[in-house]
Amino acid sequence: MDLATAPKVTPRADAAPLVVVDHIRKLYPKGSGDDLLVLDDVSLSLRNNEIVSLLGRSGCGKSSLLRIIAGLLPSSAGRVTIGGREVDGPAEEVAMVFQTFALFPWLTVLENVEIGLEAQKVPPAERQKRAVAAIDLIGLDGYESAFPKELSGGMRQRVGLARALVVHPKLLLMDEPFSALDVLTAETLRTDLLDLWNERRMPISSILLVTHNIEEAVLMSDRILVFSSNPGRLVAEIPVHLPMPRNRLDPAFRQMVDDIYALMTARPVGKPAHGTFAGTGLSLQVPRISPNLLAGLLETVAGEPFHGHADLPALAGPLQMEIDDLFPVAEALQLLRFAEVAEGDIRLTEAGRRFVQLEPDGRKRLFAQHVLAFVPLAQHIKRVLDDRDTHAAPASRFRDELEDSMSEEYAERTLRAVTSWARYGEVFAYDEDSGVFSLDNPS
Amino acid sequence: MARRDLEKVGRTPLLGLGGVELRPNVYDLAIFVLVAAAFVAMAYGAREIAAPASKLVAEPITLDPAHLPEYALRTTLRMFAAIAASLVFTFVVATLAAKSRKAELVIVPALDILQSVPVLGFLTFTVVFFLRLFPSSELGAECAAVFAIFTSQAWNMAFSFYQSLRTVPADLDEVSRHFQLSPWLKFWRLEAPFAAPGLIWNTMMSMSGGWFFVVASEAITVGDTTVKLPGIGSWLAVAIADRNIMAVVQAVLTMAVVILAYDQLLFRPIVAWGDKFRFEQTAAQQRPRSWVYDLWRRGRLVRRLTLATGWIGQAVAALPVGFARPARRVAAPASGRVSDIVWRLIVLAVAAYALWRIVLFTRSTLDWSDVRTAIEMGLLTLLRVAVLISIASAIWVPIGVWIGLRPWAATRVQPLAQFLAAFPANVLFPIAVVLIVALKLDPDIWLSPLMVLGTQWYILFNVIAGASAFPTDLREASTLFRLRTWQWWRKVIVPGILPYYVTGALTASGGSWNASIVAEVASWGDTRLKAAGLGSYIADATESADYPRVVLGIVVMSVMVVACNRLVWRPLYRLAERRFRLA
Repeated sequence: MDLATAPKVTPRADAAPLVVVDHIRKLYPKGSGDDLLVLDDVSLSLRNNEIVSLLGRSGCGKSSLLRIIAGLLPSSAGRVTIGGREVDGPAEEVAMVFQTFALFPWLTVLENVEIGLEAQKVPPAERQKRAVAAIDLIGLDGYESAFPKELSGGMRQRVGLARALVVHPKLLLMDEPFSALDVLTAETLRTDLLDLWNERRMPISSILLVTHNIEEAVLMSDRILVFSSNPGRLVAEIPVHLPMPRNRLDPAFRQMVDDIYALMTARPVGKPAHGTFAGTGLSLQVPRISPNLLAGLLETVAGEPFHGHADLPALAGPLQMEIDDLFPVAEALQLLRFAEVAEGDIRLTEAGRRFVQLEPDGRKRLFAQHVLAFVPLAQHIKRVLDDRDTHAAPASRFRDELEDSMSEEYAERTLRAVTSWARYGEVFAYDEDSGVFSLDNPS
Repeated sequence: MARRDLEKVGRTPLLGLGGVELRPNVYDLAIFVLVAAAFVAMAYGAREIAAPASKLVAEPITLDPAHLPEYALRTTLRMFAAIAASLVFTFVVATLAAKSRKAELVIVPALDILQSVPVLGFLTFTVVFFLRLFPSSELGAECAAVFAIFTSQAWNMAFSFYQSLRTVPADLDEVSRHFQLSPWLKFWRLEAPFAAPGLIWNTMMSMSGGWFFVVASEAITVGDTTVKLPGIGSWLAVAIADRNIMAVVQAVLTMAVVILAYDQLLFRPIVAWGDKFRFEQTAAQQRPRSWVYDLWRRGRLVRRLTLATGWIGQAVAALPVGFARPARRVAAPASGRVSDIVWRLIVLAVAAYALWRIVLFTRSTLDWSDVRTAIEMGLLTLLRVAVLISIASAIWVPIGVWIGLRPWAATRVQPLAQFLAAFPANVLFPIAVVLIVALKLDPDIWLSPLMVLGTQWYILFNVIAGASAFPTDLREASTLFRLRTWQWWRKVIVPGILPYYVTGALTASGGSWNASIVAEVASWGDTRLKAAGLGSYIADATESADYPRVVLGIVVMSVMVVACNRLVWRPLYRLAERRFRLA
C-alpha cells in the first residue's frame, strides 16, 4: 500500500459529500398490528476526510442504518448514494468492521484478511502481498498464521480492521467496534486507529462509527449525529472542534460530554414522564431490569457523594456503565416514580429516598405499590387474578393481549420484565413449568 | 465452559432434535404416507419381477481362514462405498433443503421419518430390484448391500448438515454478503467448515452403526433366491449353517481387528482434524487426540501431501463454478406465500393418491386381522425394547457416572465404549444362540437381550461424556452440603447428565428396533429359534417373499418408532435442554 506517499490533505472536510442518506425509513414487519418503525425519515451526509459518529441507544436503529448504507439491508423508503451511485446491494466502496469481530475461526489471520480479495478474484500473489501489508499496518506482523481463537479480543478486532482496509474502501463502517472489548484494550485500539487516521496511513476517505458510548464519540469524531429511540430519528448534529489528540480530562471535553448527556435525557415535548419506553398503557414496553439493579442505583445515588442528586456522566464513570446500561435503569426508576431523570441528571423522588431507608420487607411492599400503580400490565394481571375464583391465569392469555400491539419478542420481554418485578414485590407468582400466574406465594 | 468444550469435541451426537416441530400434523402424515408408498412401489415392483435364477454367486463362500482377509476387505469396501454415497446424498439433498423452501417442506419431514424406518425391512425389495437391474452379474447384489448400508447412514448425516446450514452464524453470513463471496466460495469458506464438526461426528456414528448392516446385508434370502456376497456376513451365515463355532470365533476376531483399525486409522484422526472447525472463539482445554493424526502432521512428506491437498482445496474453492455472483439487489422478503400453499396442496394431493394406491395394493392380500396381528406383534417388540432399555439404563447409568466422574477412568473406558458401539453385535448372535440351545432357554425371553447387545453402549458413552462434563463447582457444592446418596442422584447428577442420557437412550432404542429384525429370529444349523414380535414377523415375511406383509410390518414399526420419538424422547430431550442444560 503506497499510503506513505498519499497526499497530505487538511483534516477539514471537503465540500462534496461522499455518502448521501436521503429520507430513509425502515419498517420491520410484526406478528400482528402495524409494522415496527425503526428508522423514521433519516437524512444525513458524509463528506470526505471526516469521522462521523452515530450516537444513540440500543433500539434507535443505528445499526440498521449502517447496514442500509452497506447495502446489506433494504430500506423501506428513501435512498442512499455513495460517490453519486445509488446503493442497491453490497457496495464495493464500503468495508465494515463488526462488533462481534465476525472472523472465520477455521481460517488463519492471513486467510481471514484475504477473504474479501479472494471474492474479488485478486490473483493469489497480489492477494497475499496486500494482506500482509494490511496486517503490518494494523500492528499484527508475526501473527499471520495464527487462528483467531489464539488471539485476544483486541487483536481479533485488529484482524477485522485489516480485513476491512485491505479491500481499499472509500468508506469504513464501524459497528460498535470497541464495545466487546475491555476498557484498556478498547482505549489502545481507539488511539491506534486515530493515529493511523491522523497520519493518513489508511486508504480510506471517511469513517462512520456507530456507538452508544458518548465519550468515545467525542474522543474520535469530527461530527456526532445523535439519534433518538423508538423510532430512530436524527435529533441533533454536533460538530466537535476539539484539537486532536483529545484529552478526556480537558474541561471543554467534559463540557461536551455533559451537554450530550443532557441532550439524550431531555424529555421529548409532549411525551409522558415514563421516559423513552415505547407504547402507553398495557402496551408499554418494559425493559428487563433486575430489581437488585434498581435498588443498587437508588442506593448509589442516595449515598455519598451524590445525596440524592447525581450528574449522569459523573455516575457512569465510577460505575463503569455505558449509556446503554445506565439509561434503561435510570428510566425504569423514573417509570416507577423512584427518580426523575432530566438534563443529564438523576434526582431521587421522596419515594426513592424512602425506599433506600427501608428494611427488605418494607422495600418489597413499597416496590409492590409502585409496580401496581405505574405499570399498567401488572395492574391488569393482578385484577384478572383477583377476579377469578381460582386466582390463577395462564401467561399465554396476557401474551396474546400484548401481541396485539407489539411483536412477539417484545411481548415476551415485557411479560418477563413485569413478572420479575411482580415476583420481587410479591404482587403475584408465576410458575415457569405450567406458565400460570397465581396469587398464592409459595412460602 | 468446560461442558460446552467437551460437547463440541463431539462426544455427544449433535442430534437433530431442535428444528422439527413436536406435534405431528397433517403434513407429517402426508409425508409418512409418501414414504410408505415408496415401499409399496418397491414391493410392487419386486413382485412383478420373476425371481431370478438362484445361480448367483460364482464362487461359493468357503470357511477357509486364508480367505478371511479378502472377505474383511470386501466388507470394508462396501462400507466405504455406502459412506461415499451418503456423503454425496447429504451434500445434495441437505443443501437443497436449506436453500429452497419448497424442497425443505418435503425433505425435512421425510428425513425425520426415514431416520425411524427399520432399514433391514426393505432389504427385500432392494435386493430384487437391483438383481433385476444387473441381471447377469454380482453387481446387482453388491448394489443392494451398499444401498442397505446407505439407508442406515444417510438420513442423520443429511439432517445434521441441513441443521448446520440453517444455523450459520448471522455475523459470518453478513460478512460473506458484505465481501460479496460467490455462493460457491461461501460454501467452502463458511458453510462447509461450519457444518464439518456435526457432519463428521454423524458420519462416524453412521459408520459405527453401518457395520451391523453390512454384516446383515451380505447374506440374504428372499423367497427362493439366496444371495451370498463374499464378506464377513456371508462367512458368518455359512458358519451358522455348518454349525462351525470356530469359524464364528474367527469372524468375531476378524471383525474386532477391522473395527480397531477403523477406529484408530480413520475415526480418531478425522475427529481430531475436525476439531479445527469447531465454532468457538476460545481454545478448548481438552481436545480430541489421535496418534495417527499427530504422526500425519509431523511427517515431512505427508506435510507436503497435506499442503498439496490444501492447495487443491483452495483451487476447488476458487473454481469459477457456474453460479453467478449474488444478486446485487438485496432480496426483499419473497411473496411466496401463495405458491407455498399451492405446493403444500400438491404434496397433499400426491399423498392422497399414494394412500389410495397403498389401499389398492394391500386390499387384495391383507385385511384388518393382519393389521391387528402386526400391531400386536409390534406391542410385544415395544415391550421388549422398553424393558431392555430400562435394564440397560439401570446398569450403565451408574457405571457411566462412576467412570465419568473419574477422568483417569473416563479416558480409558470411553474409547472402549465407542469401539463396542461400532462392533456389529450380530456377529456375536450365533454364540448366544448356541448357549440358548445348549441350556434350553425360552427364546421369547432370551433372544431379547440380543437387541440391545450392540446398542447399549450408546447409553454408556453418552453418560460418561455427561458425567465427565459435570461442573466441578456443582460437585463440590453438593459434597459440602453432604447430600445423601439418594438425594445426590435425584437432585444433582441425574438432572446434570439428562441431556446426554436422553441422546444415548434415543439412539439405543432406535438401534434396538432395527436390530429386532435380525435378533428375534436366530438359527444354528437346522435349529431355528424365534421370539414372537414384529421383528420376526418382518423376517418371516421376507423369507417367504410375502411383500404386502413386509410392507405392513415396516409401516407398523415405523409408526411405533416415530411415535416413541415424538411422544417420549423428544419431550424428554426438550425438558432436559430447557431445565437441565448447564450453559
